[in-house]
Amino acid sequence: MSCACKNPFNHDIATENTPMVNVQIDGEWVQVPKGMNIVAAAERFSKFIPHYCYHPKLSVVGNCRMCLIEMGTPKMDANRQPILAADGKPEIAWMPRPQIGCATQVSEGMGIRTESPLVQECRKGVMEFLLINHPLDCPICDQAGECKLQEYSFEHGQSNSRFIEEKVTKPKNVDIGERIVLDDERCIMCSRCIRFSKEFANDDVLGFTQRGSHTTLAVYPGKRLDNNYSLNTVDICPVGALTSKDFRFKMRVWFLKETKSICTGCATGCNVLVGSRENEVHRLTPRENEEVNSLWMCDQGRLGFHEIHEDNRLTTPLINGIKSDWSSALTQIAQQLHGFKPEQIAIIASARMTNEELFLLSGLRKALGGEAVLCDVIERLGQADGILRSADLNPNSNGAKLLGIANPGKLNEIRSGVSNGSIQALLIFNENANEAGLSIESLKKTALVINVGMRLNGAAHFNLPSSSFAEKRGTMINGKGRLQRLNRAIAAPDQARDDWEIIRDLKAAMGGGNGIHTVEEAFKAMAAVIPAFKDLTMSKVGDLGVELTLSSVQS
Amino acid sequence: MAIAETRLIFKHIDSPGYTNDIDCYIKNGGYTTLRKAITMKTAEIISEVKASGLRGRGGAGFPTGVKWGFIDPSKNTKPVYLICNADESEPGTFKDRQIIHKDPHQLIEGMIISCFANNVKLAYLYIRGEFPEGAKILERACDEARQKNLLGKNILGTGYDLEIYIHRGAGAYICGEETGLIESLEGKRAYPRIKPPYFPAVLGLYMCPTIVNNVETLCNVIHILQMGGANFAKLGKPNNTGTRVLCVSGDVVKPGYYEFEVGALTLGQLIYDVCGGIKNGKKLKAIIPGGSSAKVLKAGERYKIKQKQADGTMADVEIALEDIPMDFDTMAAVGSMAGSGGVIVMDETRSMPDCLANISEFYAHESCGQCTPCREGSLWMKKITSRIRDGKASVEDVGVLKNVADNIAGRTICAFGEACSWPVQSFVTKFKEEFETVAGNGAKK
Amino acid sequence: MSCEFKISQEFEKKVDETITHYPVSKRSASLPLLHLWQEEFGYVSNQGVEWIAAKLDLQPINVFELVTFYPMFRDKLAGKIQFRVCRTLSCALAGGYELFDHLKKSCQIEGDGHHGPAVSADGKYSIEFVECLASCGTGPVLMINDDFHENVSNDKANELVKKYG
Repeated sequence: MSCACKNPFNHDIATENTPMVNVQIDGEWVQVPKGMNIVAAAERFSKFIPHYCYHPKLSVVGNCRMCLIEMGTPKMDANRQPILAADGKPEIAWMPRPQIGCATQVSEGMGIRTESPLVQECRKGVMEFLLINHPLDCPICDQAGECKLQEYSFEHGQSNSRFIEEKVTKPKNVDIGERIVLDDERCIMCSRCIRFSKEFANDDVLGFTQRGSHTTLAVYPGKRLDNNYSLNTVDICPVGALTSKDFRFKMRVWFLKETKSICTGCATGCNVLVGSRENEVHRLTPRENEEVNSLWMCDQGRLGFHEIHEDNRLTTPLINGIKSDWSSALTQIAQQLHGFKPEQIAIIASARMTNEELFLLSGLRKALGGEAVLCDVIERLGQADGILRSADLNPNSNGAKLLGIANPGKLNEIRSGVSNGSIQALLIFNENANEAGLSIESLKKTALVINVGMRLNGAAHFNLPSSSFAEKRGTMINGKGRLQRLNRAIAAPDQARDDWEIIRDLKAAMGGGNGIHTVEEAFKAMAAVIPAFKDLTMSKVGDLGVELTLSSVQS
Repeated sequence: MAIAETRLIFKHIDSPGYTNDIDCYIKNGGYTTLRKAITMKTAEIISEVKASGLRGRGGAGFPTGVKWGFIDPSKNTKPVYLICNADESEPGTFKDRQIIHKDPHQLIEGMIISCFANNVKLAYLYIRGEFPEGAKILERACDEARQKNLLGKNILGTGYDLEIYIHRGAGAYICGEETGLIESLEGKRAYPRIKPPYFPAVLGLYMCPTIVNNVETLCNVIHILQMGGANFAKLGKPNNTGTRVLCVSGDVVKPGYYEFEVGALTLGQLIYDVCGGIKNGKKLKAIIPGGSSAKVLKAGERYKIKQKQADGTMADVEIALEDIPMDFDTMAAVGSMAGSGGVIVMDETRSMPDCLANISEFYAHESCGQCTPCREGSLWMKKITSRIRDGKASVEDVGVLKNVADNIAGRTICAFGEACSWPVQSFVTKFKEEFETVAGNGAKK
Repeated sequence: MSCEFKISQEFEKKVDETITHYPVSKRSASLPLLHLWQEEFGYVSNQGVEWIAAKLDLQPINVFELVTFYPMFRDKLAGKIQFRVCRTLSCALAGGYELFDHLKKSCQIEGDGHHGPAVSADGKYSIEFVECLASCGTGPVLMINDDFHENVSNDKANELVKKYG
């Protein structure tokens, strides 16, 4: 297991070499890894045992009692040998009391009933208990639609309430962190958030105060749930107690279209679901990938999508600041580029671009003169946090290296070339020229500046609008050498286009058509010449990505 | 007819001139058993305790020797801890307080012997917070024992080291639950642990093997070694050996604590002969026989049980409430429990809804709130019982109340689930008519 | 509640000695330290929570969780003379509620005292119901500060009030 993040526990994953045991689940004998808990074991056979407090990656506390099941062990004879029934399978001695599935480990010959009348009765009872003091504010609750209380009451609850007492009142709308609001009346005391903060985020900041029915989730006065993983508590909260300030009251979850993609906030490449509606992204949530991020992502990455919808987005091609159209812009650029020698041209690309874009860009560079055309990307360095966040804040540095676009040291040469005038044509892809250390003055001296990106570059002669990470498809290689797919969740605004299309068309305009019509074809062309991608296709990359051998990435 | 007490644990308690200092204890033969025990092989001590048949006096009645036997020092690389559970809080029970205040060295000696037997080097005495005086007395007792080299380093020159520290709780009934107590001793909220996997004998204090024993249980260890396990087992009845301190409170003429051989007397003898009968010439209405969580017994009830006959055969017999012998097994057979030995007596003038509302308020207050059925159900039951008591309820509420209790018992992390629902189930079932009548009328004050 | 308590050397010495009782885990000293703090300063303020947390290498929330869980700890001052009346069944049968009402009236205390102490206007007395004090045979049972009193009739209560008062 090469998971980038260290989970405190992995109850749902059996280590290699775990022996299998025979277990009877609802009358059927199956084989499951010895020692796995019953909730996780049953799930392998599509038996869903409802639960609130149990979480496969956190310590087991067994407090919600929703996963009560019936359990038995083999009847033994005088010689401690199992007594076999007519079918040759062990006879089971059922325990009179229900047991919690989350804390019960499977063993040889165990019997489990997940749907018996007693089990149903237990669930009904627990559901009633959970609801008696729970506010009935579902219509305005953000969790509505993905609330486990709603979900299980539908399946295991009863329609009429027998509870006619006054409900326990608790604090509402508590501001417990920069990004989190707590409604204590909705809390069912499962303690997932407490355990997550302590066990995963190393931030022991949440706790229970008071006791009994008055138990209240809280932060200590003056302390805040502000760690960079705080929003995961919203994901794992089975009810609407913890909500994201960024998302709350913005959208009903059932309207969201969820697109599998990856986060482009750093080289970790956390797998995500992009939640969008009508061409607007409303949230990112982590998507399970044990090889990368397990079930989590950092808040920074999660909230990074907002730049997509900021007002200053470049949406039409501009020639010298005046709105134009793609064909005029590309034709003019092609014409002008022909007028420069390779040594006079430089490319500043981005390690936030996809492999397909970078690959086509290397083709364009060849058309412009090959190695003589200086080309590099801008490094972004941050601080690794030992959890998920990588020190490399570019999502595809490995791709840029592999495809020859990142050429360490060349950025300096480009800078001096631009300032001393030896470079006269500069193509900038998805980067802020200022960040690259190029002053507006030096750009203004440059004969031709082409800016492809989401934002306007005031010094550029040509500004070409491109797609954000949520608007395009492609692949990236994360810091650990894993090839992963980006998917389109929303359409790019107005005339903005994917970089790969822009680069392809520019190359075509310069007289070198390449017959690539889709991202798949771009990938195929790339796989044909880049050994690291040999035999791969985009569909083979799949939702969870594939591990490339690091040596092939570095070669 | 007065039935004689057999005072083993309470031998010196309340006897004139007996003080709680070490000199008085030693003068009366104290610490001689420790001197003997410390020369014995630990396995010998454990086998004597096993042979004695001693069952835990805290409430569950689990055999002490078996509990100790779960800890196998030969297979253990971790330290073993012993905790004395002196968090006496089961309503109706008031024996530990007497031992702690009046004969603390008996407890300390019992603890030292038990620690020695189980190779324990560090032990804690968890005393409930409401016993500040008791804590001071025990601190002093430990100091006295240290001064006489009965505790601390190299005890009596044998090379055996043991430290005992007094640890005060702070008013939470749930700390009487042994895993809740362990969490509390670790400096946390006293949330009982899930079992499996956290059986104290395996994963107890600091995740090490741990023995948790009640005050009275530990005191018994001295007497077992004094008289030998086999002789101890002759006291009481088979499987119900030794003596039992019974605490009687409520509507009897002479409430108090009395020590008898287990099963030596019946509930009727206890109430009428020992405690002088019901106060003010009233009639008996109900008895809670083993602490407030035990199921209530109703006056006039008769029980069909299996009883061992003189010839060793089992026979079906029917007995009346007054004829129930005060032992673990018969109390269980009549549908209640001997529990902690706390007997609460209610006379005919008492309103059962009133009594149950009081009990339910206790459990709602003391629920730790960790697991769903108990957290939500205990307060719900308190609210319903209060309404019934106040006559602001209906017949349906009585049914709901019983069903809420049914939905708690057997489905919680710890036995508190049963503790809070057994009284409700038994009161409501046995006094159904009264509950239904009062529900809409209000109970008399 | 912004008043800052001054920590004496003597107090800190007592605390440090107590911590040595828990060689395996300092966290175990949480309850004892809370007792010491409350005995010294009358209640556990935020300052107390934070001081103890720092002393034991804990987060303040770890200590705050305890203050609110264990009923004996309070976050504000109780009366100089504190009455704790047992509320549970045996004492109730013996007149615990009547004793509670009597004390409340004679010491002029308002408030119900069911959830933490109700304090008289002058701060002299406070009263609260507590659960079983384990002396059920001699009810009603009353604790005044750390002292224990049994069979407390109204007359006996009057005498006690005088004695402590």
